[in-house]
Amino acid sequence: MSTDTSKVAASNGTEAAAPAGKPTKVGAAANWADERLGIGGLSKFLSRKIFPDHWSFMLGEIALWSFVVLLVTGTFLTLWFKPSMAEITYQGSYAPLRGIDMSEAMASTLDISFDVRGGLLLRQVHHWSAMLFIASMMIHMMRVFFTGAHRKPREINWVIGATLLLLGTLEGFTGYSLPDDLLSGTGIRAADGFMMAIPIVGTYISFFLFGGEFPGDDIIPRLFTIHVLLIPALLLALIGAHLILLIYHKHTQWPGPGRTEKNVVGYPMVPNYISKMTGFFFITFGVTALLGAFFSLNPVWKFGPYDPTKVTAGSQPDWYMGWPDGALRIMPGWESHFWGSTWSWNIFFPVIVLPMLAWMVVLMLPFIEAWITGDKREHHLLQRPRNAPTRTATFVALMTFYAGFWAAGGNDIIAIKFDLSINQITYFLRAFVFLGPIVAFIITRRWCISLQRHDNEKLLHGYETGTVIRTPEGAYHEKHLPLPADEAFAMTVRDRGRAGEEPELKKNGKPTFRAKLRAFYYDHDVDKPTPEELSEAHHHAEHEAHELAAYEGHVVDGHDFDDHRHSAVEEPLSH
Amino acid sequence: MSSDLSEIEKHDDSHPELNAHTDALLPDPGMHEHHWRPTDVDPKAEKRAERQVSLFFALSAICSVLFVVAYFAIKPGYDGDVWAGYGASNLALGSTLGFALLFLGIGVIQWARKLVVDIEHAEDRHPAASSPATREVAIAELKAALNESGMARRPFIRNAMIGSAALLGLPAIVMLRDLGQTNAQITREQPYPGAGLENTVWDAGVRVVRDVVGTPIRPGDLEIGDLVNAEPATIFDGSLHGAPLQIAKSKAATILLRMDPDDISHDVTRNWSVDGIVAYSKICTHVGCPISLNERTTHHLLCPCHQSTFDLADHGKVIFGPAGRHLPQLPLGVDADGYLVALSDYPEPVGVSYWERNTYDIDEIFDDWSADHAADAEQYGYKEGGQ
Repeated sequence: MSTDTSKVAASNGTEAAAPAGKPTKVGAAANWADERLGIGGLSKFLSRKIFPDHWSFMLGEIALWSFVVLLVTGTFLTLWFKPSMAEITYQGSYAPLRGIDMSEAMASTLDISFDVRGGLLLRQVHHWSAMLFIASMMIHMMRVFFTGAHRKPREINWVIGATLLLLGTLEGFTGYSLPDDLLSGTGIRAADGFMMAIPIVGTYISFFLFGGEFPGDDIIPRLFTIHVLLIPALLLALIGAHLILLIYHKHTQWPGPGRTEKNVVGYPMVPNYISKMTGFFFITFGVTALLGAFFSLNPVWKFGPYDPTKVTAGSQPDWYMGWPDGALRIMPGWESHFWGSTWSWNIFFPVIVLPMLAWMVVLMLPFIEAWITGDKREHHLLQRPRNAPTRTATFVALMTFYAGFWAAGGNDIIAIKFDLSINQITYFLRAFVFLGPIVAFIITRRWCISLQRHDNEKLLHGYETGTVIRTPEGAYHEKHLPLPADEAFAMTVRDRGRAGEEPELKKNGKPTFRAKLRAFYYDHDVDKPTPEELSEAHHHAEHEAHELAAYEGHVVDGHDFDDHRHSAVEEPLSH
Repeated sequence: MSSDLSEIEKHDDSHPELNAHTDALLPDPGMHEHHWRPTDVDPKAEKRAERQVSLFFALSAICSVLFVVAYFAIKPGYDGDVWAGYGASNLALGSTLGFALLFLGIGVIQWARKLVVDIEHAEDRHPAASSPATREVAIAELKAALNESGMARRPFIRNAMIGSAALLGLPAIVMLRDLGQTNAQITREQPYPGAGLENTVWDAGVRVVRDVVGTPIRPGDLEIGDLVNAEPATIFDGSLHGAPLQIAKSKAATILLRMDPDDISHDVTRNWSVDGIVAYSKICTHVGCPISLNERTTHHLLCPCHQSTFDLADHGKVIFGPAGRHLPQLPLGVDADGYLVALSDYPEPVGVSYWERNTYDIDEIFDDWSADHAADAEQYGYKEGGQ
């Protein structure tokens, strides 16, 4: 594509950087590196890579940069943190705990908070960016699924993303468990309870992890290794794979003028995105730094060191662990005894089976959808959520399921703040986690379908201008104008629904299970108009516009039927 | 990824999947004409943008310097400087660092938005799959490699190699065995007092003492409705340190409650009480939180973690919440000096349920306990039907 660069700002230079004359220092360095690494090819490949522009494509970037912030702040924290459960007497500067026995882990956390300048800031920035990391991964995942970006060929990247979310959650748990304060110790004890509830191997897992009986003195150093080595290495590798696949597949884009399944329209990596991304990294870091400056979180000095005989009321894990905790709270207290063994359904089901099951479902979503639709094509144009009503409704149902359990994780707080009975809240949420998703599914699907109808309405009859025209007979018409060509085009770039399709049949002539699911998936899906409908509507609109044109411009002032008529000429009303 | 562009275009038509959506309902209006920004065409606007960007970078630099000043000038910590109720050090360091980063970021993005050329380009996509030709070559090469290596022709050594490599997993797994002793080992070897899930440091004659201070308790010290956090005297005798102390505390924590003896509604509970004083494990049978929220009038005890509620008048049975099992009760007696003591260790494992535990019926537990301990317990005033 040839570009008229004559108007480009003088500072950008009007000529290409020709390698004429004496090479610059940068040029010399690049030459040196290319002769040894052959980076020229890679640089050429990456630097002019095109990325489309949309605010929602930035959500994953927040996750990426908060992970970098975590690496930076986490490395600083390891310089002072002592992952040891050796018992010492605290002699630091925090007077209320001076002289109290605690583990070295807790004492060094207090030292970081009170005696290392900027240490408290590092702790808080690290914790805030961990929350941001997980929150942005979740929102990024919602964006991907709602817009259909998980479809072929990006299913594997979806799986990697879901794994990143799981690992991020585990990383968060192992991280906030390290200070060995009363709150985190209570969390570790609950985790011990979770492990013990696993049939057959539960006590073995617990005794191996804790190096014997809870709490022992091995768990903090072991969690530390998991937190700073094992999981970060996996996260780093998977993030690398995630980004490589992103570059290989090229980013998805919204339908629009000039945007097709065969191209990607946007700005090049260098210089546009490299500078925007760099700037955005500093902004992400800056925001977490300000959060760390102004908003205290996890004040371990207020909780005190871990003591297995104590607990703080209102003990809650970090928010992303809230939903399994909620499931644990509203699960009925079922425990069975067979042949001298104990089956703790009340624990095993909500915190072991349910989260693994939920994760498996999320992992499988792209494959389940592709199996139902039988769609084997590649997709690079995004879909608006409304144009896949069943998919959108399914994810909203899953979110409602999550929200019910998440609310249950704060049932005591809800009871206190709203002065409600904790028993009633619990009974309500037990029903809600089953019924809520069904209701949410139905509402979302109908909502999407209505929006599809609305889109068709706009395509066929134009948008509402707000200009109301009264004919001499007294009839009122609202003037509609055709959508701008770009918008109308973007709206029509979508598959036709397959509601009326012939189902696959089994040998006995009945539709297969998959055919039934497919029929359900596309049921009530509103098709975009046919070309005939479109041209007829345009014809009709032209006719109407022609008729109404006669009355247009005669402005009424609302006083047609009383004696207070204004002159429309003197006080023109605009529309 | 290395396949070259011309080849991709050549094979493009063989990949109809890229033609997904288009039953073109409307003509594609095509990419927009580029609009020049004021900074592209107006040297004044360009200069202004440049000034803005450099201002942001200058502000960032100032904040970085201020960070260093704040680092040395402000006293951190509990007795450090305070501004408006905030720790001054954290506030100053955080906001200077935060703004240094933010201004730098805003400057870079302003540069990108106003001054970096913003011309949209279209780049062709190619299917994720390699072209059929590439695929053929790759398969042929793999086959050749398989042949040349003899992997296909020498199945015996190939399988032997795979087998021995797989066996290398064994050392890795076996090594993990010494992560910790099992419950059975610890229970058998008793490396520290009260070792194993079925045991605690409680024992016949061990005094019930107040938590934190460690003072023994006479029945008369408690009024009806009093709830006391208690521990075995063993915790305070200086014999336990470090991990064994933590393990002992994690299992032995106990609560004492004095209620009107007439309120006690279960025979076993009455048998193990002294003057209406009952002792229960403080460790929730759900996932092991220490329980401490007492409802005085109903003798209900609520766990603050997941809201399991236990009735202390009725053998600690679960009346609400996710716990699956009653709270274990500690049989109480009085020693020769008039202090409360345990008649035995807890008659059943305290804390969370686990696979190997097989006690849950309170009457069975009581019968087993009576057979083993009732005779010894008489020296502490025990008699069936309550003391």
